[in-house]
Amino acid sequence: MTDDDLIFKALADPTRRFLLDMLFRRDGRTLTELESELEMTRFGVMKHLKVLEEAGLVLTQRSGREKLHFLNPVPIRLIHDRWIDKYTERRVTALADLKSELEGQA
Amino acid sequence: MTTTSIAAAPNAAAPNTAAPNTAAPVASSTVQINRIYIKATPQAIWDAITRPEWTEKYGYGGRVDYDLRPGGSFRSISDAAMQQAGMPACLVDGEVIESDPPNRLVQTWRAAWTNDPPTRLTYDISVKANGVTCLTITHDLDGAPDTAAMVAGSVEGAGGGWAEVLSDLKTLLETGHSLSSLGVAGT
Repeated sequence: MTDDDLIFKALADPTRRFLLDMLFRRDGRTLTELESELEMTRFGVMKHLKVLEEAGLVLTQRSGREKLHFLNPVPIRLIHDRWIDKYTERRVTALADLKSELEGQA
Repeated sequence: MTTTSIAAAPNAAAPNTAAPNTAAPVASSTVQINRIYIKATPQAIWDAITRPEWTEKYGYGGRVDYDLRPGGSFRSISDAAMQQAGMPACLVDGEVIESDPPNRLVQTWRAAWTNDPPTRLTYDISVKANGVTCLTITHDLDGAPDTAAMVAGSVEGAGGGWAEVLSDLKTLLETGHSLSSLGVAGT
């Protein structure tokens, strides 16, 4: 599998996207923290985190006895930059902002 | 692709003279980590980080001025176009803590446009297979929420932060051309 395949495969799962959402809200979480918001065994969460790590979307760092998980946004940025250039970005951002505002998420 | 633990230990952070953050509960981790794989030598990546003729070509486009030894100064200087757009002459300043070319650079990093204290920035460069090099930027933003928002790319109109800078650096080193979506020269 290419790196791109690993990334899209990792993203093609609601639990893994939920884990990334959690890390986006707050980075540097332990497995125990991540597990606490999922109806899933610890082993199941570990398997999902491993897929995310292999895709480079999650990085880990040891802090004392704990292993902290961090969101690495770079692979997603590379996907963005592959199809959205600096000229397109303005109108894409404008439309995304409009959607957020109209849907009350702004 | 393997993901091993990261060598930097940002929790043994730089001395920080800022007043304690008394605002809303802060995140337990103030570290941001960005990692990219680039088809280039470690030396090419080291040069792209530490030499002004490279740094002006990607990301936010400042020209760096490094004194690459412990205690040496670091500055990123804006060009005439940026200054005309209202940016200060010195965009970022700091001090080199550790310089081990072309493997590891640790420094403080203070953004001129904020009142934040200096943050601690670590570049780790390591060789992978097939001519690919892994660059990891570990940014400890303890007590520096404005800088954290900026480098995370979450400040509107202020670019995509480290992720965008690294994507641009990869494109520059692998193709010879920059995406130039951040710097004033590229707009």
